[in-house]
Amino acid sequence: MSTSELLLPLLLALPLAGALLLLLAGGPDGDRLALPVGLGASSLALATSVWAAASNPATDERWVPELGLRFHLGIDGVSAPLVLLTTLLVLLCMAYLVRVRPEAGRLRALVGLLLLLEVGMLGTFLALDMLLFFVFFEVVLIPMWFVIAQWGDDQVPGGRVRAANVFIFYTLLGSALMLLGILLVGLSAGTFDLTELAARGGAGLSHRTQVLAFLAIGLGLAVKTPMWPLHSWLPDAHTAAPTVGSVLLAGVLLKMGTYGFVRIAVPVLPDGAHTLAPFLGAFAVVGILYGALACLAQRDLKRLIAFSSVGHMGFVLLGISTLTTTGINGALFANVAHGLITGLLFFLVGALKDRHHTADLEVLGGGLYERMPRLGGLLAFAAVASLGLPGLAGFWGEMLTLLGAFDPAGGLSRPYYLVLMALAGTGVVLTTTYFVKVLRVVGQGTSFRAWKDAVLLRDASTHELVVWSPVVVLVVAFGLWPGWLLAATTPVVRRLLGGGA
Amino acid sequence: MPSAVQSVDWAAVAPPTLVAVLALFLLVLDTFLPPARRQVTGWLAAIGLLGALGLLVPLVDEKHETFCVPGHGLVLPSCSYVVDELTLVFQALVLAGAVVVVLLSMDTVRLARIPPGEYWFLLLASVTGALTLAASRDVLTLVVSLEVVSLPAFALVALQRFDGRGSEAALKLFLVSVVSTAVMLFGLSLIYGVTGQVFLDRIATSLDDPGPKEPLLVVGVILALAGFGFKVAAVPFHFWAPDTYEGAPVPVAAYLSVVSKAAGFVGLALLLTVGFPPYADIWGPTIAVLAAVTMTVGNLAALRQRQAVRLLAWSSVAQSGYMLVPLGAARVGHVEDVLPATVAYVLAYGVMNLGAFSVVTLVGRHRPANLLADYRGLARTEPLTAFALAFALACLAGLPPGLLGLFAKVVVFRAPVDQGVGWLAVVMAVNVVIGLAYYLTWAASLYARPEPGAHPPSYRISWSDGIAVGVTLGAAVWLSVAPGLVLRFS
Repeated sequence: MSTSELLLPLLLALPLAGALLLLLAGGPDGDRLALPVGLGASSLALATSVWAAASNPATDERWVPELGLRFHLGIDGVSAPLVLLTTLLVLLCMAYLVRVRPEAGRLRALVGLLLLLEVGMLGTFLALDMLLFFVFFEVVLIPMWFVIAQWGDDQVPGGRVRAANVFIFYTLLGSALMLLGILLVGLSAGTFDLTELAARGGAGLSHRTQVLAFLAIGLGLAVKTPMWPLHSWLPDAHTAAPTVGSVLLAGVLLKMGTYGFVRIAVPVLPDGAHTLAPFLGAFAVVGILYGALACLAQRDLKRLIAFSSVGHMGFVLLGISTLTTTGINGALFANVAHGLITGLLFFLVGALKDRHHTADLEVLGGGLYERMPRLGGLLAFAAVASLGLPGLAGFWGEMLTLLGAFDPAGGLSRPYYLVLMALAGTGVVLTTTYFVKVLRVVGQGTSFRAWKDAVLLRDASTHELVVWSPVVVLVVAFGLWPGWLLAATTPVVRRLLGGGA
Repeated sequence: MPSAVQSVDWAAVAPPTLVAVLALFLLVLDTFLPPARRQVTGWLAAIGLLGALGLLVPLVDEKHETFCVPGHGLVLPSCSYVVDELTLVFQALVLAGAVVVVLLSMDTVRLARIPPGEYWFLLLASVTGALTLAASRDVLTLVVSLEVVSLPAFALVALQRFDGRGSEAALKLFLVSVVSTAVMLFGLSLIYGVTGQVFLDRIATSLDDPGPKEPLLVVGVILALAGFGFKVAAVPFHFWAPDTYEGAPVPVAAYLSVVSKAAGFVGLALLLTVGFPPYADIWGPTIAVLAAVTMTVGNLAALRQRQAVRLLAWSSVAQSGYMLVPLGAARVGHVEDVLPATVAYVLAYGVMNLGAFSVVTLVGRHRPANLLADYRGLARTEPLTAFALAFALACLAGLPPGLLGLFAKVVVFRAPVDQGVGWLAVVMAVNVVIGLAYYLTWAASLYARPEPGAHPPSYRISWSDGIAVGVTLGAAVWLSVAPGLVLRFS
């Protein structure tokens, strides 16, 4: 095999090797080994992913011919941003752990599981075979379950193990249905290869098959995304997960769902997508409004951000449901922007929670700006980025999505989508409301006496700032120069939507 | 008039013959050995089984048939004993599974003071039955083989003589077995009565009548399912499984849940796909309902278990449901398409379930109650053993890293999706999620913090136990990366 064929397997092998080393090698020195291995593997993975994104390699090998499963990996404009987002966030999580150790200890196992998660996330984004996609989609479940159940926080209703269970059972039920859909497509079409299937654009699949398969695959992906009303696993899982877990859960895991729509459901099953897109759009808009309203009612900051993800992912789904280049481009942009911004938000809230041992808005009280100006400033930055302030990354995704809904693909009812657009616009206003409320309650005003007297409340350390700064820089950069990202995604989206439509 | 003297293909019948002779030899040898040396019989049994496994190798290339009746006119010759790919695959699974059971039994026999000669004799006799079952192609050989598998099993279960639970377990096994065998024989006699044939291929030919279905035959086919329903512990013939598994020595439970169950499945598969393919529209939907009920009952009951062997018993009931799914998806004219999926799942199940049973046997030596609570924190003291169990459970649940189980489930899912039996696929999808609940809880408790004051078991592992755990873990890991050997058939 040539170098370029080995590049993507190498990208998966690096974190896998690190994970196996840490999880299987026992011994008392394990914890000392954890961070060097974790940092080494994840930074090598980042370097490899940059190299891969620049050189567009591909790998296509037999794996299990009996099932028609091929080890077919590739990277293009749609997957590259998510791959880079994954490798970056994992590296930042490792760097974050250098100073901020988990209270539950057992660093070696935690780092090993995070690396295993990285394998699953990267594999999902790289897979060009539906069954391979499914296999990697499943790989993340058990590591994430352990991360939540073992290092989580018991302050959620029912405890962390319940939160982890709800997460894994929901997702598994969804992905089992998705497997049925994938098998239906693969057995009807005679191949599981995504490039082949996308090129055919649904030819040879009956309308009924397409609708059924889109429903099954879409349900599996919608649980992961999550789409209202299948989101109820998310708030508890996010709230219970440790900081690094929430960052990866919100930053990357949710994207596996929306990515699946763009990579599999829409291009392979265009008829099914056309039939079901209006429903998807409706659920997406309900999600936007529901997420925003739920946020207004939250007391726990971590939970609030979790619910805000439901709203943001609603925008992504709305963009996909327009079936236009503009809408899907917007969805992909919003995907990456949400990954960066919400990743940052969870880092910041995690830092707040580590210091105060609570994320309850009432208990935290005001005065964050005076008490910890750097942390407070960053929180304000992330909040306005998340509500979609022009000039920051959050803006473009939402705008393109709404623009896509303004002019949906042929065959979709335009007045219907205009209504959806108007409702989603209301969601933007509501999002602004709750983030402004957060900043007013937490940021402004004066601190409670208890916090004033606490000696150990330090502002963000240099270490934390260093870890977070790449995300901040990227949020600004994508806000100012959205063309970078759109130039990468547009040609691929055109191709996936069928012959340069 | 063709000659009544037949030439027997000795190569084809060599594996079961070797095992049968070995069984008698060990029974006799045991009486001549001083008590201190009796351990050697166990190793001889293992080596003999490996030898029988070796005897399968020369049979790989071509189909061997023996004990045939000649054809006349348009009727083709039919054979009672056929070694084809299906036979070989199952015989290999039976022999390899039996080797692991023998390894696990060595310490059990010594520690529980079970008479070794009798134990090895009964075990190998039952294995002989399983081997001939896979090769039998007529109803009589099928029934006799099935009984040869079952009868020694009753005694094996009861061999722990001082333990009252063993006798109860054996009695339950015996009663359910006798009843289901009687029902099956009644069904088969109806079929014989109508068709006048005992050879499966000839039954298939005479059933293949485009006219309306003979009601007696329909009844016969359904009743014949009962006997095998018992062997594979399908609902409603599953009640014996939890009590019997719990009361029996743990390696015997492993034997019942893997080797004897595999034998049941091969018998069922042969009967349905070689004997009754024209009636697939009768037995297919019946099996589909059985499969759905079996997996649901098994999984729901497993959720409530507190004891390791009972949990595995219910889980193996649920897994039987998964194995029945492809047969349940069979339709007339497409019977051949679904068989490979069942074969693949039985093979994968054999590997992963033996992996789980190996560790459970090991822990049971130190914690006779074998409660799930006894496993808490096992990874602290015995990381490799805990990993072996966790991996086996991940395989049974069908989630990565247990890719073997995942691939096996994909194979099984394909059959109903391909044949358009969507409801069965959806029921199975829901069941996979229920199943995960107990597998995951158990696997996670291995890595949980031990209760304050509790000491997770830590021990010296004997050679035989170590090889059993290592071989099953190695097989499961290897087949997770390269599952071709198991899926080759499909």
